[in-house]
Amino acid sequence: MPVHRRSPWSLPDSEVTPPALFRARRRFLKAGAGSLALSAGLASGLGGWVGAARAAVERPGKLAPLEVTGTTHRVDEALTDYEAVTTYNNFYEFGAGKEDPAENAHTLKPRPWTLSVDGLVARPRTFDVADLLATQPLEERIYRLRCVEAWSMVIPWIGFPLAALLDRVEPLGSARYVRFESLIDDERMPPRNRAPISYPYVEGLRLDEARHDLTLLAVGLYGEVLPNQSGAPIRLVVPWKYGFKSIKSVVRISLVEDRPLNTWQALQPSEYGFYANVNPEVDHPRWSQARERRIGEFFRRETLMFNGYGEAVADLYRDLDLTKWY
Amino acid sequence: MVLKRPPEPKWLGARWVPPATVALCLVPLAVLIGQALTGALFPNPIEALVRGLGDWTLRLLLLTLAITPARRLTGWTRLVRLRRTIGLITFAYAVLHVLAYVGLDQAFHLPTLWADITKRAFIILGMVSFAILAVLAATSPKAVVRRLGGRRWRRLHRLIYPAAILGVIHHAMMVRAGWGTAGEHAVILALLLVLRLPKPRLAGVFGGRGGAEG
Repeated sequence: MPVHRRSPWSLPDSEVTPPALFRARRRFLKAGAGSLALSAGLASGLGGWVGAARAAVERPGKLAPLEVTGTTHRVDEALTDYEAVTTYNNFYEFGAGKEDPAENAHTLKPRPWTLSVDGLVARPRTFDVADLLATQPLEERIYRLRCVEAWSMVIPWIGFPLAALLDRVEPLGSARYVRFESLIDDERMPPRNRAPISYPYVEGLRLDEARHDLTLLAVGLYGEVLPNQSGAPIRLVVPWKYGFKSIKSVVRISLVEDRPLNTWQALQPSEYGFYANVNPEVDHPRWSQARERRIGEFFRRETLMFNGYGEAVADLYRDLDLTKWY
Repeated sequence: MVLKRPPEPKWLGARWVPPATVALCLVPLAVLIGQALTGALFPNPIEALVRGLGDWTLRLLLLTLAITPARRLTGWTRLVRLRRTIGLITFAYAVLHVLAYVGLDQAFHLPTLWADITKRAFIILGMVSFAILAVLAATSPKAVVRRLGGRRWRRLHRLIYPAAILGVIHHAMMVRAGWGTAGEHAVILALLLVLRLPKPRLAGVFGGRGGAEG
């Protein structure tokens, strides 16, 4: 029997606007705005708030669809447009500009793909991602994504808990951290496109963070496999941390004893830490983290502690000074 | 110089040249506004607008600084007429850049603005640069130049150099990794500053005295 988990931040199906009603509202809003040509232009151009109603996940029909068992987590906020989710990306292997990954990531070749899990585990293994897709039940999870650059999105991911993968390799008692590594490949990620940071991109989590129910290995979004620029074919999603923790196009996961040095911390330790929990009270040295621009909205909104997932994750950091361990 | 300089073209003194310069300098602004209204700056139009206006402020500032070296290289003295025009348009772009940041990006949210202006080095540098440009713009009308006297006015307007340097640093500090266009601006600025050195020193920089040979 499927177990339905209700979390404080989840939204019952009864509160989701049916697609037909949503589209009708959208048409109505658009018609209203259309009567004022300038304001309509400003709206779609500067904010896009015309479409900001609660949306059901509609497949864009561009990539292979994925079967899911259901939607297990959902935030009560409008989804960010698929177009915005897939054209406004940070993926430095394909360039530093937000539009660069969508333009350059066609060289990635995400299939076939293997993911090695090694280090302090009883059964190190190399998984074929196609096999993982076939053997691992997939769930849809609608999460907020908050970038350290103070913008945010709401994205319907498809994936499975990282804990399920960790269970299959049986971490040893000595394992305390999980280290993640992205692909680096001169043919599939041509050096001429890369922004000047060190590669391969590395991220890390404490083992209890990695095992947390919210921590997802994503293989799709908007009902389809991940577009290359979103980290195809498999990526991490840790919704209560800044986006740079959610490493893309992962090829290796290692269980280790010592805290891994993640790429951004290595590059600029005064600005980026290991934990990178979303925290409106701890500023980035160059900008405030108190407010964020939700992509598609005109005005900034208040940033939520742990990106709104505090009830689920605050306990992980009971004994941690979050100002020191940013 | 080995090359013979081309003579100054007659049209450079024509009455339509200053208004044409203004119109040309306003094209990027028109394009940005058009893109903002039609959705071409999707998906983060406010950020794109703020950055676009900042980029064009720096480009026009560099263009303003290029007038004097261009005059020295070509001997076309009437180029100087355009310097004030382009400088004032630069200031107009700077005003729009600041307004877009204060009004659109932060929506006049005073606590954030106050924290930015007091705590963030790159914003402080940008504001100092902006304040200098404001002083230079305010002292640009001919009547003010006359009241200040040519020498004092020239000394005051040398502040354009720190304004440009601070502007380029402001841009470079905002970037998360790498140099990109901020690096290009820095190289162009350095070149424009070197080209202003008095002739003997300039010859020293490029090696060899009194000529371009070697």
